[in-house]
Amino acid sequence: MNMLPIEETVDALRAAFGDLPASEFRGTTRVVVPAEKIYDVLKLLKEKHQFDLLVDITCVDYLNYPGAKDRFGLVYLLAGTGANRRLTIRAFVNEPEPAVRSVVSLWKGANWLEREVWDMFGIQFEGHPDLRRILMPEEFAAFPLRKDYPLQGFGERHNFPVLKRGES
Amino acid sequence: MAVADLMDQVATTRLDELVSWCRKNSLWPMPFATACCGIELMAAGASRHDIARFGSEVFRFSPRQCDLMIVAGRVVMKMLPVLQRIWQQMPEPKWCISMGACASTGGVFDTYCVVQGIDRFIPVDMYVPGCPPRPEQLIQAVVDLQEKILREGTMFGKEFYIASRQQTKRALQEL
Repeated sequence: MNMLPIEETVDALRAAFGDLPASEFRGTTRVVVPAEKIYDVLKLLKEKHQFDLLVDITCVDYLNYPGAKDRFGLVYLLAGTGANRRLTIRAFVNEPEPAVRSVVSLWKGANWLEREVWDMFGIQFEGHPDLRRILMPEEFAAFPLRKDYPLQGFGERHNFPVLKRGES
Repeated sequence: MAVADLMDQVATTRLDELVSWCRKNSLWPMPFATACCGIELMAAGASRHDIARFGSEVFRFSPRQCDLMIVAGRVVMKMLPVLQRIWQQMPEPKWCISMGACASTGGVFDTYCVVQGIDRFIPVDMYVPGCPPRPEQLIQAVVDLQEKILREGTMFGKEFYIASRQQTKRALQEL
């Protein structure tokens, strides 16, 4: 198996998708890509650069963050198990309807990861086969990890019938 | 048999008291253990602390066979309908022990998904403070509950229907 250095992968991404900002932190390279190209980038990385494992998908809400231009920062953590390489892909999306294309067709494991990001941040994954809440109750209306959601909630905890003695 | 001998063999009591005495000495707990308090609950049932000394060692995992629910650990929003359903499945008369800070008040978990005290949604007879409580504290709660049952228990559960006692429960309306 040919072992590509991570720089060559970044160069290949730049050749295909334009000048993408990249940085390195503690030995891991991060590449920021436009949100509408996230599927194509990940497809290229999976099929041509041996990044066969999607470790995690998560999200950061940059509301009121100093110097932040975009609201939500998606994070895709990739690993190449053959060459033991890791790469972080980031994409930024904004309100009112933050959405990216789903990558379930590339990695089946993305199914629950994308459901969790939808559940907590309300980011739509277009083409996801079953985009439901995964952690919160189904009737839950808010996205609790958004920064504008209060820590103690909007009173969802209190919407239950009160059982008393003699009633049950 | 002479009348004088009879006095040694007969005890007079109220029927309520007799029934309560029977009930208190065979409390069957339903362990609703969701967190670390559940570990202490298991310790209370195991050989070192041995809750069997007080007649409530028969842990049953079917609510239909139980009359004492021990809620040990935090209860999240998604779990509360389950808790209420299990409580409703238990036959009367039934009692509830809220074990630990989280079950009683939510503890340190004052977040959007954790219920701030199960007594807002189901009746609770005994609260055990601690994080988690020692097994001795739980056993003390069982002993206190036994005393309560003996003191105020009635054959047909009249003590559960007193309106004034219902009103002292913290209810949703006060929030």
